[in-house]
Amino acid sequence: MIGRLHRPGATPVHRLPPQCKIVATVAFVLAVVATPRERLWAFGAYALMLAAVAAAARVPAGFVARRMTVEVPFVAFALLIPFVAHGPRVEVLGVALSESGLWAAANILAKASLGAAAMILLAATTEPRVLLLGVERLRVPPLLTQIAGFMLRYLDVVVGELRRMRVARAARAFEPRDLRDARVLGRAAGALFLRSYERGERVHLAMLSRGYEGRMPAADEAPATAGQWTAAALLPAAAALVAAGAWLVG
Amino acid sequence: MHVPDGFFDAPVSIGAGVVAAAGIGVALRGARAELDDRTAPLAGLTAAFVFAAQMINFPVAAGTSGHLMGGALAAILVGPYTGLLCVSVVLLVQMFFADGGVTAYGINVTLMAVTGVLVAYGVFRLVTKVLPANRPAVTGASFLAAAVSVPASALVFVVLYAIGGTADIPLGTLTTAMLGVHVLIGLGEGLITAVTVGSVAAVRPDLVYGLRGTVRRPLEVRTAQPSGA
Repeated sequence: MIGRLHRPGATPVHRLPPQCKIVATVAFVLAVVATPRERLWAFGAYALMLAAVAAAARVPAGFVARRMTVEVPFVAFALLIPFVAHGPRVEVLGVALSESGLWAAANILAKASLGAAAMILLAATTEPRVLLLGVERLRVPPLLTQIAGFMLRYLDVVVGELRRMRVARAARAFEPRDLRDARVLGRAAGALFLRSYERGERVHLAMLSRGYEGRMPAADEAPATAGQWTAAALLPAAAALVAAGAWLVG
Repeated sequence: MHVPDGFFDAPVSIGAGVVAAAGIGVALRGARAELDDRTAPLAGLTAAFVFAAQMINFPVAAGTSGHLMGGALAAILVGPYTGLLCVSVVLLVQMFFADGGVTAYGINVTLMAVTGVLVAYGVFRLVTKVLPANRPAVTGASFLAAAVSVPASALVFVVLYAIGGTADIPLGTLTTAMLGVHVLIGLGEGLITAVTVGSVAAVRPDLVYGLRGTVRRPLEVRTAQPSGA
């Protein structure tokens, strides 16, 4: 399931080292978050920048839009803010809404969507495994990325077991109706934990038999060149200019 | 539902990031001390389990459904250190899915991993200390631990919001709404956590971290005796 995030390709965006892309994404999102909320033009400029990256990486807009649906619960929350926030009211279609609440909702929607779109582009152009390698090269403790690596590696196996359990329950005409059925679901979760944990024990034994000594074999370390860093810096540099402009000009 | 970018201002995001980094650092050290070189595979598989368990939907009321969050479950099953790591890693991978913002990762870890796991484990330990060490007590303690940890995370969210939220929502309204909803979610979480822990404790009590020291007969490995010896 994690594989669906990635769109294989050989564009310049795909080929950049992962650590450069991660730093660029984080720096871009920081610039977006730091922008004053009244400067709507700045958010439009950020969206254009992401569109340019998507075009360079040949990621279709529909792909990004479909992945953005993960945001929907938060959008609902943001839409509630104008109704409950403080401050002077403005009439919108005959409903009195808080002016500061409207700004806050627009602010959250714009920044959250831009952040999500940037992340989706990063994940679409970088394999999950390579993404973790990039995280590790940025001096995140290797144990943490190892745990994440094992999680990614076995996610489809564990989710597959969960799906087979659901099919088995459905084949016996079980359908959760109310909270009392939590008993059945809880037992299934318990069984799933046992299977996952015991699989972890077997994986560890298999690793020991292959000479594991607490460290994963190091991947070939090819540090990013100055040129690659410069290419990756294009996006956050442009965003930083816009953010600075938004603060100064207004 | 995770906090996206732009929801909290920069100082709170950075402060929560520091808290999250410290929590993960302590948990890394603790987990390595407990599990040694088994940490990566065991915590990784448990993280995959937590991710999968969050996909279990259960009906709540009137056609709405909730899903397990799993912080309390992980804390009781594999302990506070490994549990915190598992939830943090799940949040990291969910960030790849654009669920939760990059700049809000510290906040999400502070809310769900640090607060959720620590409160759940604290409550669990307290209750099991008071009650006799048997299966019903463990089930009850699991229920309480999960039921308390969910509104506790919501309360920390409100506190962070009071310090650095970007919208001008009256705090009273926010507190009431957040607590009201999350007390309900906590009941469902508590129920399913209790059954899950109970069913694991029935089969492999030695695997339930929260039962360490209370299991009278540890699981033993019997090897087959060669016949005629």
